[in-house]
Amino acid sequence: MADILEFTYEISDDDFTRAGEASSDVKKKLKKLGVSPDVIRRVSIALYEGEINMVIHANGGKITIQISEDSITMILDDKGPGIPDIDKAMQAGFSTAPDNVRNLGFGAGMGLPNMKKNTDSINIETKIGVGTKVTMVINL
Amino acid sequence: MTIQDVIKLLDATPLTCKDKLDGEVMSACGSDMMSDVLAFAKCKCVLLTGLCNPQVIRTAEMMDIVAIIFVRGKMPDEAMMELSEEMEIPLLATPHRMFSACGILYETGLRGGSMDG
Repeated sequence: MADILEFTYEISDDDFTRAGEASSDVKKKLKKLGVSPDVIRRVSIALYEGEINMVIHANGGKITIQISEDSITMILDDKGPGIPDIDKAMQAGFSTAPDNVRNLGFGAGMGLPNMKKNTDSINIETKIGVGTKVTMVINL
Repeated sequence: MTIQDVIKLLDATPLTCKDKLDGEVMSACGSDMMSDVLAFAKCKCVLLTGLCNPQVIRTAEMMDIVAIIFVRGKMPDEAMMELSEEMEIPLLATPHRMFSACGILYETGLRGGSMDG
C-alpha cells in the first residue's frame, strides 16, 4: 500500500471572517506537491464550499485531507444539527441558511450541488442532533 | 485584455498589488453571491462585485480569479487589503454601478462563459 499523506484542520465555530483558511492552506500544499491545476481547482472549490457549510450550519468541525498516489479524499466531520433531507439539500437552490449568511454572499443553495459537481464521489452520513460527515474523493 | 486595460475602461483605481496589473483577463463574472461565483466563474476571470468582505477574496483565491473590482465605489478595509496582498489578487475600485461596469467590459468583447456553466 502506497504512503498516504494526511492533514487535519480544526474549524472554529462561526467566525465567518476566518472561514476558508483551511481550504487556502490545502490549496498551497497541493501546489507544492505539484498536483495538476485542474485537480487543485476542483479540490479548492469542493473543500471551500464544505468549510463554509461547516461554519454556517454546524459551528465548525474537523477536516481531514488524505492524499494517496491515486486520489485525494476530503473528510468533513461536524457535530452540527444534521441534515433532515439530503435529497432536498442536494437540489440546486435549496437553502436553509439564515439571512445574515446570505448578506455575506453565501446560502444560495449551491454548496452541496457544487461539491458533487467538482468531485468523483461524495458520501454524506448524517444523524439529526448528532452531526454530519461528508466524504469527497477526487481521483488523480 | 489585461488588468491595466480593465482599469482604463472602468475608470478604476488600483488599491493593492499594483505591481501585478499586467495579468491577462479572459472572462468576467459579475455577482454579489459568492455561491454563484464558486459555481460559475471561468478561468482568468475578473470578478465584479458590490459585496465587500474577506470571503470575496477567499472565493477569488479558490477560483484563481485574477482581479476583484468593487463596483459603485465600495472600499475594502485594511484587513481585506492585507489579505489581497498575501493572496496576490489585485483589488480595484470603480465608481460605475454593476450593470454599467459589466456592460462596458462586455462591449469590448469580454464574455462570461457559456450558459451551461
